[in-house]
Amino acid sequence: MRDVSQRQIDSTGMPVTRHLPGEAGLWVFIGGDVIVFSLFFAIYIYDFGLYPDIFHASQAHLNHAFAAINTVLLLSSSWFVATAVEAARREKGRISSACLVAALICGIGFCVIKIFEYHEKINEGIMINTNEFYTLYYMYTGIHLVHVLIGLGVLAVMVRVSRKGVLDSKRIFLMEGGASYWHMVDLLWIGLFALLYLVK
Amino acid sequence: MIGLIYSRRTLIWLLLAGTTVLSWGMGHGAGFSDSRFASSSIILLAMIKIRYVILEFMELRHAPLPARIVAEVWGGVLCLTLLGLYWHGMGVPT
Repeated sequence: MRDVSQRQIDSTGMPVTRHLPGEAGLWVFIGGDVIVFSLFFAIYIYDFGLYPDIFHASQAHLNHAFAAINTVLLLSSSWFVATAVEAARREKGRISSACLVAALICGIGFCVIKIFEYHEKINEGIMINTNEFYTLYYMYTGIHLVHVLIGLGVLAVMVRVSRKGVLDSKRIFLMEGGASYWHMVDLLWIGLFALLYLVK
Repeated sequence: MIGLIYSRRTLIWLLLAGTTVLSWGMGHGAGFSDSRFASSSIILLAMIKIRYVILEFMELRHAPLPARIVAEVWGGVLCLTLLGLYWHGMGVPT
């Protein structure tokens, strides 16, 4: 394993030498997950062309404000996580830990809003088998929500790691891996938000 | 702490949040009379946002070149596929 703490960093705190954050194996997992979601996106757009009236009518029922707030929450959490990793590299453990807690709060906020959104739909009698649109909506957002919940666990571990004394290269390496997973959760939502809520 | 906030990362976050508002506006009829062009712009903006999350937050800008190339090619292929399927679905031969 490379000694992260000994690597040179530039004025913005980024490593001068090229380096893949976290374990290479994690990137294989991230790549696989991203490809699966890419297929989800393609299937959605294809079905959109097959059932445009159903998709338009169903989209109009979605709570767009909830989705936009959730997008900003995940983007903000990604900023906090990226800043936490940077603070850890600069041996600022307390700042790193505070940023991770803030990211965790944003992630929990995302879940709470998602639950409100599901509750709203279920109260209106809209279920996974209502029509083609809602089958994809519940499936895709549900799978993504599972990713968010796993990510919250990862963030909680990162908070513990950041609070354990000196942030050596091994701990920074762990934090880089956790951060990469969380950013993947963010980018998948960017795609879902655009397709499910905005594309007409 | 100031050094951590005044960074390229923060600028990217502001741009990503700003484009989210822009996309939301386009999704509600702002800027385009034809919803097909608005939707295409939304897909394109989403892919640009995803690219910046990958490059800046996931730090692939500083990753070994093969990893970055794979990410860039994936993004390009996905963007073209989604736009192609969208316009095909709208009845325009692609």
